[in-house]
Amino acid sequence: MKNDIRTPFVRLAKRNDIDPKKAWIIRVSSIIIALILGFIPILITGSNPFEAYSVIVQGSLLRPTYFRQTVKIAIPLLACALAIAPCFKMRFWNIGAEGQITIGAMCASYFALYWVGKVPHVVLLLIMFLAALAGGAVWGLIPAFFKAKWNTNETLFTLMMNYIAIGIVAWLQGGPWEGRQGSQLIPQFKDAARLPDVFGVHIGWIFSLILVVLMYFYMNKTKQGYEVAVIGDSVNTARYAGMNVGYIIMRTMAISGAISGFVGFMIVSGANYTLYSGVADGVGFTSISVAWLSQLNPFAMIVISMLLAVLDKGSTTLQSRMSIPASISDIITGILLFAMLSCEFFINYRLIFRGRAEGKEDGK
Amino acid sequence: MNMIVTLVTAGITFGTVLMYGTLGEILTEKSGNLNLGVEGIMYMGGAFGLAGAFYYEKAAGAAASGPIAIILALLAAFAAGAAASAIYSFLTITLRTNQNVTGLALSIFGTGVGQFVGEFMRLSEGGYVALSNNLKNAFSAAVMPSFLQGIPIIGPIAFSHTIFFYMAVVLAVLMHLYFSRTRSGLYLRAVGESPATSDAAGINTTKYKYLATIIGGGISAIGGMVYIVTTAGCVWNHEGLSGVGWLAVALVIFCIWRPLNAIWGSIVFGAMMIMYLRVSIPFIPQQLYKILPYVVTVIVLIFTSMRNSRDKQPPASLGLNYFREER
Repeated sequence: MKNDIRTPFVRLAKRNDIDPKKAWIIRVSSIIIALILGFIPILITGSNPFEAYSVIVQGSLLRPTYFRQTVKIAIPLLACALAIAPCFKMRFWNIGAEGQITIGAMCASYFALYWVGKVPHVVLLLIMFLAALAGGAVWGLIPAFFKAKWNTNETLFTLMMNYIAIGIVAWLQGGPWEGRQGSQLIPQFKDAARLPDVFGVHIGWIFSLILVVLMYFYMNKTKQGYEVAVIGDSVNTARYAGMNVGYIIMRTMAISGAISGFVGFMIVSGANYTLYSGVADGVGFTSISVAWLSQLNPFAMIVISMLLAVLDKGSTTLQSRMSIPASISDIITGILLFAMLSCEFFINYRLIFRGRAEGKEDGK
Repeated sequence: MNMIVTLVTAGITFGTVLMYGTLGEILTEKSGNLNLGVEGIMYMGGAFGLAGAFYYEKAAGAAASGPIAIILALLAAFAAGAAASAIYSFLTITLRTNQNVTGLALSIFGTGVGQFVGEFMRLSEGGYVALSNNLKNAFSAAVMPSFLQGIPIIGPIAFSHTIFFYMAVVLAVLMHLYFSRTRSGLYLRAVGESPATSDAAGINTTKYKYLATIIGGGISAIGGMVYIVTTAGCVWNHEGLSGVGWLAVALVIFCIWRPLNAIWGSIVFGAMMIMYLRVSIPFIPQQLYKILPYVVTVIVLIFTSMRNSRDKQPPASLGLNYFREER
């Protein structure tokens, strides 16, 4: 008994291999706990939480038009999470997807506005696509170059690049690219610059799903993907193995930026049909959570991005039907992220409370 | 001359908001925690600060006094920011989650909560939430004696501001003294530079990280409140507040993590943000002025990393979690 006084109330022990089934039980229950915590703000507004949740589900999934809108929200989240995955695997904290999307959208919009009618439809879309890739890649390469050369802090650098990109588009919007004088708006794209629809949603969803498979192969089955993983685990190991770390960082960021640029292209050409400074609309930030919560697994990203899209779309219905502010979706998303982030701790560690016999715990 | 005076004065008004955000984030980052949730924290500070003053006035009626409203708004904002940062601290320090992702999650959560509280007050009060002119004036009153304000040039620049500006300056000086002159400040910096070393030296790293992050969050939140009660005119205005938190994060870099630099740095940033209304520079379109703070920050970031001088670096463990058993 004397021994007990010295042991802390709770101790941690690292779990080496957790039963995957048990890990999933912990993950699913964390989502459920988060949704229950989401009751609190709903109750504050004086509404019935069960009714509110059912409105969210109805308003996002149960009607074909709603479902299509939900998918439209999920597409950029998914594709952008795929862009972020290799960077985060490399432990390069790229939080600049927002800016890369904006620049990609800007480059695509240039051709949509000024080349429309000069080249055939498909060629124009192809040029826009390539321009978006190039723009996003360049925007991603700038911080990567400084990281590789002088080890400049990439988190802060990519963050600043977001606002520079948004500022440039804001200037174009009110200046050189402005449609009607004084409108502060860039004109709507002509039909030739718009992505075609497949099953009522722009064709981007097919590209995004293809990208899921491609990214899975890139990260898990290619030499480049392996290099990224090694750098993520230990930069020094990568150096000893003779990898050119600076080059790999720049290459990965160029790929990531290009995919983000592609997301920008999909948004302007498939959903908004115009460009404005808020074109990325937080996708670049939210998709970081999507990527991280999926543990950088491309297939899991499909589920997570749909989950967040359901909350987003559903809460707009919630606002119109039950007059609960739509910002509730941000609150529930936030709680969901907190819960899912913390549940990894309980998957990786085991809590041992004071007074419980050691033998019993180990015998499990 | 007149134009410069107006520019500086307006820069200080907006700079005060930034100064709180920045000082709070400097305190947080000194402990090695990169809290990217400042945007959300400042939203919450703004909404809860306004709520504090609003419900106080509702309860007190015409008898509501300015100073009490200011104190209540400060407390409400600080508490909201501290609570938000407490979530962040618990997740990153105790549950060891990734700091970047947790900070971004806090941004989403905080902007949601701020927006929700702002909207909810509006809906439940029948469409419009505003303070009486009496309190509005109390918030935006210049506190220095009028003969000082009357001095030409220096008067408007130095003495025409609200109490919040002077409090922020005092706070910056206190933080500077704390970091450079006290033992506990030294310990805090040590935790931010190398938690493993400080741990070995017997410093309670967990305690320092928690306290710095929570108090820092509270200070940042006051910035949001100051914006709402001064610039926004005591009305919930999320458009004006959006992006301010990120600007504060940029400013921390610009100030190279020094509280005293935050005083003039935030005034410069504040002036840059409103310059497009007042100044025209040939060949640069005025709409592009708004990206100046970010461009300048990037340049500072690049130069500090190129010159690699030891005293101008981010805290060495910034953004990394410390686990005692995983060395």
